[in-house]
Amino acid sequence: MKLQSVFLYSLLGITLVGTSCKPKGTSSAVTGGAAEKTYVPPGKYDELYNFVSGGFSGQMSVYGLPSGRLLRVIPVFSVDPEKGWGYSEETKPMLNTSHGFVPWDDLHHVELSQTNGEVNGKWVFGNANNTPRIARIDLKTFRTAEIIELPNSAGNHSSPYGTENTEYVVAGTRFSVPADGAGSDVPISSYKENFKGHISFISVDKETGKMDLSFQIRTPGVNFDLARCGKAKSHGWFFFSCYNTEQANTLLEVNASKNDKDFIMAVNWKKAEEYLKAGKGKKVPVKYAHNTYNETTHTATSEFKNEVIVLDAAELKDICYFIPCPKSPHGCDVNPTGEYIVGSGKLAALLPVFSFDKIQTAIAEKQFEGEYGGIPVIKYEAALHGEVQKPGLGPLHTEFDANGFAYTSFFVSSEVVKWNVKELKVVDRVPTYYSVGHLCVPGGNTRKPYGKYVIAYNKITKDRYLPTGPELSQSAQLFDISGDKMQLILDFPTIGEPHYAQAAPAELFTKNQYKIYKIEENKHPYVAKGEAETKAVREGNKVHIYLTTIRSHIAPDNIEGVKVGDEVYFHVTNLEQDWDIPHGFAIKGANNGELLIMPGETTTLKWIPEKTGIFPMYCTDFCSALHQEMQGYVRVSPAGSNVPLTASIGKNAADEKAQK
Amino acid sequence: MKRIVSFSFAAACLFALVVVSCKGGEDTNTSGTNGASQETPSANNSATSANTASYDPKRGEGKFDASNVKVAALDESMVTKGDAIFKTKCSACHKLTDEKLVGPGWKGVTGRKEPYWIMNFITNPDAMIDKDPELQAQLEICLVRMPNQNLTDDDARHILEFMRKNDGAK
Ligand SMILES: [Cu+2]
Repeated sequence: MKLQSVFLYSLLGITLVGTSCKPKGTSSAVTGGAAEKTYVPPGKYDELYNFVSGGFSGQMSVYGLPSGRLLRVIPVFSVDPEKGWGYSEETKPMLNTSHGFVPWDDLHHVELSQTNGEVNGKWVFGNANNTPRIARIDLKTFRTAEIIELPNSAGNHSSPYGTENTEYVVAGTRFSVPADGAGSDVPISSYKENFKGHISFISVDKETGKMDLSFQIRTPGVNFDLARCGKAKSHGWFFFSCYNTEQANTLLEVNASKNDKDFIMAVNWKKAEEYLKAGKGKKVPVKYAHNTYNETTHTATSEFKNEVIVLDAAELKDICYFIPCPKSPHGCDVNPTGEYIVGSGKLAALLPVFSFDKIQTAIAEKQFEGEYGGIPVIKYEAALHGEVQKPGLGPLHTEFDANGFAYTSFFVSSEVVKWNVKELKVVDRVPTYYSVGHLCVPGGNTRKPYGKYVIAYNKITKDRYLPTGPELSQSAQLFDISGDKMQLILDFPTIGEPHYAQAAPAELFTKNQYKIYKIEENKHPYVAKGEAETKAVREGNKVHIYLTTIRSHIAPDNIEGVKVGDEVYFHVTNLEQDWDIPHGFAIKGANNGELLIMPGETTTLKWIPEKTGIFPMYCTDFCSALHQEMQGYVRVSPAGSNVPLTASIGKNAADEKAQK
Repeated sequence: MKRIVSFSFAAACLFALVVVSCKGGEDTNTSGTNGASQETPSANNSATSANTASYDPKRGEGKFDASNVKVAALDESMVTKGDAIFKTKCSACHKLTDEKLVGPGWKGVTGRKEPYWIMNFITNPDAMIDKDPELQAQLEICLVRMPNQNLTDDDARHILEFMRKNDGAK
């Protein structure tokens, strides 16, 4: 490792990073045995699921480990024509917000639900960074089940991090902004007076997963970056990294890098709960959407809420404490015992490790160096367990294994560094290709890490794969950590820009999965349970067509009497009850996407024909030897025409013969 | 094609249905997917060992045999239930006459096949299509496989009763 030259580089200017961090040749770090360790023979399952943020794709991707096979892209915050997400009438409400229908977002972090500090396999959460939202994905179906918007927030970055029984997932605002509402129209230069941070606590029902915006904590205006809950001994606390304690509102790369230290904010959420119960919160008028997907009606609904309870950290003095942390902290990670909190300053050349016990003592003994925005600031040394000296450049994120080691990513020096948490000694380092962001050790954020691997999610892949024009694939790299030394064993491409990811043993998720939706339990208002129930119904200019699909036909397949300008709703029920047999549905000229309908499900495509003629419709998912035959026709007549509305199937040769 | 579509075709095509893909060999990866959820179908639970030597074409393969499927006087309440299941899960592909639609017509099936064979086939189609010589021969003609419609044991019994009624049982 030519660390020295990298140090020099950074002195010249760390902004060069992206292009200047090619430490070695493309394959020099791969040694024997890598193929054996990652080979999963055809037909065999992977050992782990890896849930990976899709970044600016707005989706979440699911990979098998150790093979790196892409298993599924779960549509979350962005419309997805592959699955009809955001195109079908049933899923459109999932993307509703107080700003209307928002078809895209930037999904940054993933968080698996936990019980007693261990992954329970029920749900995975993701955050929308741009228009602040939190999504819950149900791992019975690998579909987004719920999305809740966050008021008083902007750039929902430090989220969704969960407590050890998923009592809450939290969402800290990246941009402090004036609270929503009439008072938000202020000069930007009045940042210091008017801009505030809000940390949202979203409760999660243990059984159903149902989310609720329980309360928010109002803080001074800074930028919240990342977060971690306490666990075991520190259960009941939350830790957030924050930058821009200068409260700058312009040229942040200079103006938010002036202070020698920023903060980690420690939040006593059990205390906050007490204040909430005691009625110390203020009800604040806001507007936000809460979207829920119903598994029996196969339909999402949006509910708009008008109020949130806010606790003011400056008034309620013992909820929040600031701990100074060297320059621009990014990651803020808690080890499996809950005792150590690792701060990573993007611009710092050391890693501070704080002690939960010392923080508690410091609070009890009021070892404060003052206040910031009305919040006590604990003395740095009083909270500090110790510092890892010169670990690398640009530390970002830390994950833990089961043996007392931490793994920290270094963006600037493009490496993963393994170090001993208690002794604060670096024991190993390996290069990454290139500019690593987040890391994932399976279970690495839990009380009982599974260990075995560390995965690096990289921003740059120059020369790692076949080139694909100016944009190259994002990348993940798998390292074996079962021995003393980390060993690179696999590269695999990822979608969007991968941010955080989590992984856990496959059986936690496979045991509960749905294979079909039971047709008997389908409560969609426009379901057709069998071809006998297919029909076309006109209500004014709306035409509801109840369709069914089964290998190998669509019923009805001849529809006449639709007129130009009608609002046509194809309610398609997939009659299959067999695993892995979706059908698709598309019609020529629709200003819309396709539908992809799971076995036993009903999904609706809205189509407004603008021309007369014959419009073919067909199944888009190759489902049988007779898939190409799975088609039909809609006749569109002029507005005002008197062609009667009819829907039929199967006037076949035998029927005609019988009629004669 | 026309010439084959005679009685022998109908018999051969018995229930044959969709999907080209034949499930190959043994399925070693089903462990862990047999959850308690109602929606987790039992299709993959059936042992599909490729051992065709022990296959009994009269009984088929599955949980039903002469000892646990008894037919007697027609049970109208079971017929009614079978009719409802037929409308939801079967009628898209089968007519009640002897005419083929996606799959063969149902007329006469209870006279050609044992009741337990029928129940095995409609609850365990993949395994049987892979082994039954008659079903394999018909697959070459129909090019379609019977889909697993995830019928419960009771569903299968009700369908059987509905078929018997269709064939004139009293
Ligand atoms: Cu199809």
